[in-house]
Formats: sequence, C-alpha cells, structure tokens
Amino acid sequence: MFSTLDMHILEILCEDARVSPHEMAVMTGSDEAQVKASLDGLRAAGVLVGYQTLINWERTEREFVQAVIEVNVVPQREKGFDAIAQRIVQYDEVKSVYLMSGAYDLMVLCEARTLRELAQFVHSRLSTIEGVTGTSTHFMLKTYKYGGMVFHGSRDDRRQAVMP
Amino acid sequence: MEYERILNRRVTDVPPSGIRKFFDIVRQMPDAISLGVGEPDFVTPWSIRDAAIQSIEEGHTQYTSNWGLESLREKIAAYLRMRYRVTYSPKDEILVTVGASEGIDLAMRAIVCPGDDVLIPEPSYVSYAPAVTFSGGTPVPVKTSAQDCFALTPAALRAAITPRTKALILPYPNNPTGGVMTREQLMDIARVLEDTDILVVSDEIYAELVYGGHEHTAFASISGMRERTITLNGFSKAFAMTGWRVGYACAPRELLEPLFKIHQYTILCASVQGQIAADRALGRAFETGFEDVRAMVRSYDRRRRLMVEQLNDMGLDCFEPRGAFYVFPSIEKTGLSSDAFCTRLLERHQVACVPGTAFGASGEGHIRCSYATSLENLTEALRRIRKFVTEL
Repeated sequence: MFSTLDMHILEILCEDARVSPHEMAVMTGSDEAQVKASLDGLRAAGVLVGYQTLINWERTEREFVQAVIEVNVVPQREKGFDAIAQRIVQYDEVKSVYLMSGAYDLMVLCEARTLRELAQFVHSRLSTIEGVTGTSTHFMLKTYKYGGMVFHGSRDDRRQAVMP
Repeated sequence: MEYERILNRRVTDVPPSGIRKFFDIVRQMPDAISLGVGEPDFVTPWSIRDAAIQSIEEGHTQYTSNWGLESLREKIAAYLRMRYRVTYSPKDEILVTVGASEGIDLAMRAIVCPGDDVLIPEPSYVSYAPAVTFSGGTPVPVKTSAQDCFALTPAALRAAITPRTKALILPYPNNPTGGVMTREQLMDIARVLEDTDILVVSDEIYAELVYGGHEHTAFASISGMRERTITLNGFSKAFAMTGWRVGYACAPRELLEPLFKIHQYTILCASVQGQIAADRALGRAFETGFEDVRAMVRSYDRRRRLMVEQLNDMGLDCFEPRGAFYVFPSIEKTGLSSDAFCTRLLERHQVACVPGTAFGASGEGHIRCSYATSLENLTEALRRIRKFVTEL
C-alpha cells in the first residue's frame, strides 16, 4: 500500500529528480527520515527503478540511430511471452521492450551507433532468437517529445513577466 | 488639445499600476527569473484547447446569449452546488463574464453611486479600488496583517463601517497575501453585516487553490448572506485558462439584474470560443473527478512549502499562505522599502518580485512572490534571493 507521501515523492521526482530528500521533506511537510524511508520502500518495491536524465542527443554531435522493431513471437507454454522478452532485454542495443496488443507481440526500441550495426543486430541476433517468427523495423527520424518533455518545438514561457 | 482638462478626472487621477515599472525592466533582461507572474505556469489542458479548435472548425462563431451558453451556465450551477453548496439558477442567477475582472467592474458599476464607500481589505488585488473610483465611489482600505493571517477581522470591519458604506469586497483566497478565511471567520463577518444593508462582492477566483487542509467556503453559503452577495469566479486559475477570459458572476436574480443590464449593453457576451472551452473544462472535471485540478494543487502545495521554508530560513519572515499561489514575506528586517527591495533584487540578481505596495499602502514591508513557476526556476530564484539578502 502506497502512502500519500510516496505519491508526492514520485510526483516530485517526475518533475525534477535532483530534488534532495531535505527539500522533499519541506515540500511534503514531513521530515527527512520519513522521506528516506519512503524512498527505500519505493526502491524495494521496484517502483523507483533508477534516476536518469532526459538528454536530447539530437542536439549533440553524437552519431546514433534508433529504431522501433515490431516483433512477432510464439508464446511459450507456462511462460507466455516473458521468456522471450527476458532474452531480448539482455542486449545493450535494446532500450525498451513492451508487450503489445494488436498485430504484433513485442515492441522493441533499439539504438546503435550506425545503421549497419543496428541492421546487423536485427538480422543476426534478434531475428534468430528461438520463438521469434518475424520482425519489422522502423527507423526513427526525429524526436519531438520524450518522457513528457518537448524536445523539438517551443517550450517558451509565453506569460507576461509581471502581472497583478 | 488640453487633454488634462477634457478627460474624465475620475480616470486620469487614478495612478498607473505599480507593477508596470518592473514589467518594463524585466523585459530588458533575458536571464531574469520572474516570480511576478499572476497566472498558472500550466498550459490549458489539450482536450480543452481541442474543444475550442473543433468549435472553430464547425463554425461556432456567433454571439451567444447575453447570459452565456446555456450548457455552460448549467455546469457552473452544478459545480457551485456540488463544490460549495451554493445554489444559483442557471436561468437568471449566473452571468458569464469576460473573466472575473469584468465581474468586478460590473458589480461596482451596478451598486456604487457617487458618495458611496466600498470597504476593501488590504493588501489585495489591484483592480478593486480603481473600479470603485471609476464608478464615483470611494475605496476604503481595511488593513489586514500577518498576525491575523491577513484575514478580515470583525473588529476591523465594524470600525470601518459608516452610513456611507455601500459594499464590502471579500477577496479570499487572497492575492497577494495567500490569506484565506475559514467558515467560522466568515460567519463572524456575517454577524457584523446581518443587520445592515451592506452588499458583499466575494471574489472567489482562487477558490480551488487552497492548501494544508483548508476548505474554501463560499460566502453566499453562509446562512443569510446569499441575498446580499455577488459571487465572482472564473476559469483562469483553477483550469489554467487566463488568456481565454471567461469568468462568471452569480447573485440572486434582482441583484444580478443590473450587472446583466450593463453586460448586455456593453459587452454582449464573452467570446464564444472561451465559453466552449470553459464548458469542456467543467465537463472534463466532472468526468475525471477534478483530477487535473487536484494534481495542479498538489504541485503548487509542494512549491508553496518550499518557498515558505526557504524564505523563513533566510530571515524573511513569511506567514504561511493557505491559498492562491503567492507568498508574501516581510522584508522589514532588511531596512529597505518594498519598492527598493524589489528594484535592487531585480537589478543585482535578475529576480522579479512585486512590491507589496502595488496592492495598497498596507503592503509596505512585504513583497509578493508567485510560485507558479517551475521547481527549477523557483530553486534558482530562492538561491539568488538568499545571496541578495546575505549581501545587504
């Protein structure tokens, strides 16, 4: 059972993961020990998995290529889709994996340095996993929004600077 | 032409807003962080914007009823009944206005005659006093203080009442102080008023934005007060819809009638797209159990606590606001006037706040800081204010 404090903390971290436990305590009207206990609990429950930064790599000089791969698989007895998904998540190239409803089973988000590397990953490793019956690869061309943040487009504050 | 001789003295004699100066300075500073903004930092939720876009595509471009869209008035009636236990007929007791601001103007023009006094708890929003003056009345400030949590006390009210007193403006939750009034406190005010003919204009635009367990009480919901109360509210703050300009005025039919008449002759109706968007905003709120509003309030509440703690920690005594999205710390210890504090803070550290005096003379010794800005901006602004205060 998650407490109101837990939910506050998650909302704060969603907005800005740099907020310190002390600040969180102030913001939620609790004390630092309670916040730390809550953070521990959330980590133990697998709710808080990590703290990453949202980076728009497209604005850097780093070379990379990303693709969404639709994967069809044969679900395994007892384990359903989980066993194959567990194998797919092991690869460093794989950034996200989702079980989907609809025309295909798993959606795999991949990243590699070059097109050639990504292609090689798909045809020589992903497609050859036992139980994978087909893949369809779509390259990403541009990121407009990610993790709730607008990457491409205006994020300007349009408000008048001083208003009564 | 000798404009000074020709123009309306009632208008020309009102000084320009004290905020203008800061606005002009901030505009020249690209790195300035503004805590001077009086509107939410949320953009109107997409589904609300989409409703307006769709209405344009479908050609809803005509005037609405002078009262406002019927479905919108019905939703407002349902909202006020459900949320604040006040009942107004959507037929002729709810008037959709161009923001709550139009409501203030209409109310003053409808009730104030030359020679009348209107009591205004101070500090408070900048437009009440000019609206009274434009109508030929005299605004009478009633000082409130941090010791009383900026609530209006029955004693102060009683002391201010004279035979000329026509109306009282009740601006709670309050801009700029963040002060609120509990149901009990309002009942005390009601007891002072019950044997008088004094009308009440209750500006409840921040009603949804209350914190720390406080529950907003609509003044009209207090026994015996409905008949003398004009309730003003709107969509700007609770639904992040400032630029749409949609508000409403509610009162018993006969009391609302003169407001309606002025609105009918001078405004006709609020923008139809704004009304359609407002209709969607309330519709969506009913469907989702006001989840958007709640999430916004939780977010403001956390920033509010952070502001209060940090300001107190740096020696700027800060009363704990329970409403709106402002904190109103005392800067008396610095020895500076409100205006000097804000001017220097802006020039030296590029943080814009509003001097308390912009909200009436009794705001001297305080500054208004809005926390309707991102956590990142707030943290940086607080860091700069601390540096400024330390260096004084």
